[in-house]
Amino acid sequence: MYLRHGSFSYLPELTDDEIAAQVRYALLNGWPISVEYTDDPHPRNVYWEMWGLPMFDLAEPDGVLREINDCRATFPGHYVRVLAYDAKLGRQTIAMSFVVQRPAEEPGFRLDRTEGSDRVQRYGVHSYATEAPSGARYGRGGDGAR
Amino acid sequence: MSTADSGFSMYRPGAAPASGGGEPAAPPAPILDAQAKVDMQADEAAARVRAVLGAVDAELVGLAGVKRRIREIAALLMVDRARARFGLVASRPSLHMSFAGGPGTGKTTVALRMAEILHALGYLRAPRVHPVTRDDLVGQFIGHTAPKTKEALARAAGGVLFIDEAYYLYRPDNERDYGQEAIEILLQEMESARDSLVVIFAGYEDRMETFFSSNPGLSSRVSHHIQFEDYGTDELAEIAELMLTRDAYRFTDAAREAFQEYLDRRRTMPRFANARSVRNALERARLRQANRLVALSGKVSRDDLMLITEEDVRRSRVFAESPDRG
Repeated sequence: MYLRHGSFSYLPELTDDEIAAQVRYALLNGWPISVEYTDDPHPRNVYWEMWGLPMFDLAEPDGVLREINDCRATFPGHYVRVLAYDAKLGRQTIAMSFVVQRPAEEPGFRLDRTEGSDRVQRYGVHSYATEAPSGARYGRGGDGAR
Repeated sequence: MSTADSGFSMYRPGAAPASGGGEPAAPPAPILDAQAKVDMQADEAAARVRAVLGAVDAELVGLAGVKRRIREIAALLMVDRARARFGLVASRPSLHMSFAGGPGTGKTTVALRMAEILHALGYLRAPRVHPVTRDDLVGQFIGHTAPKTKEALARAAGGVLFIDEAYYLYRPDNERDYGQEAIEILLQEMESARDSLVVIFAGYEDRMETFFSSNPGLSSRVSHHIQFEDYGTDELAEIAELMLTRDAYRFTDAAREAFQEYLDRRRTMPRFANARSVRNALERARLRQANRLVALSGKVSRDDLMLITEEDVRRSRVFAESPDRG
């Protein structure tokens, strides 16, 4: 199962040059960039681990790419995403979010149905990956799809 | 970030061209055959370099050695470009530099011009100079230095990192100093980011000498050591003329001579900072001129407003032989 998450997730994997171009677009808009990683791909898992602090006042994407590569080297089997935050008054939200690394093997999800009161069906999504404790998922040697 | 424009404003591609670092590269020009001739002066980059070199000549008085070095570097890069047209690819020359010279000898100005030349020739992505001092690179406690240095490098990426008073980075008398760590990170980055970053170390001559001799690895990675000579009186007078012309002021002839005399005296005094001292002297002359004109409390002509007279110069403290002159 190929996880669809954030922008560009129906496109082929972005190359580093394409990532740099997207980051450049964000910087030209004045959006600070941050890098985040996780090994829990549940769609409701909004807050991923932060890789360092957000990067402010950059003019060129080189610094962001170096952080992305450091993060990939440290967590070769995690999901890594890049966020751009628009701090403008009236917007103040994530303006861009796209995945820049994913594990080689993604086991996917299971749909759980539970009976509620009065024959109500409750649905839940169970991620197979989370059956192993955090940090031991996706195989440490699993080199993320680059 | 202005809050006045609420809602959306988005960068539109095409508004400002940028190149490199994720920009699609232009298709390489076809390789010429051995019989072809390339006109090095004809392409657009050469024209821009000539424009910058012309500006350097016009703006900077003296500094013959510096100008010669800039020309040499520009020529080398232009030749490299022409060679690339024939498919003769050499390794990219290392462009890290050190500017050693007294205060006010134009080190920062030359760095700005250098960035423009390198950008015109396509060695930098932007003609940007990111000036930093020790405080921006070296942290206060363990684990504080690396992020700081990396952040400074990230901000300078694609341009020039200009380290002012670079000799403060290394304090040989304090072995618990984190400056060494910053230098090591800089060295790594100077090697690995050779094609997108130029580092310029600047500082006073004698101290830079000590700095480089105590960091041999650094000295060998900096390929251009450029000396900035102190100015002579005539050159300083010329600089003063340039500054006045730029601000639409003029010396009277008597004032010009008085200013020469002023420079001769000032140069022997302590804390003389070349062009910077000249600028300060002129600022004070303008103050005295304003004072004089206001004291007249009458009508002033255009010439009155432009002329700096002998009196405005002579009332300086430098001429104070007796304590009753202010």
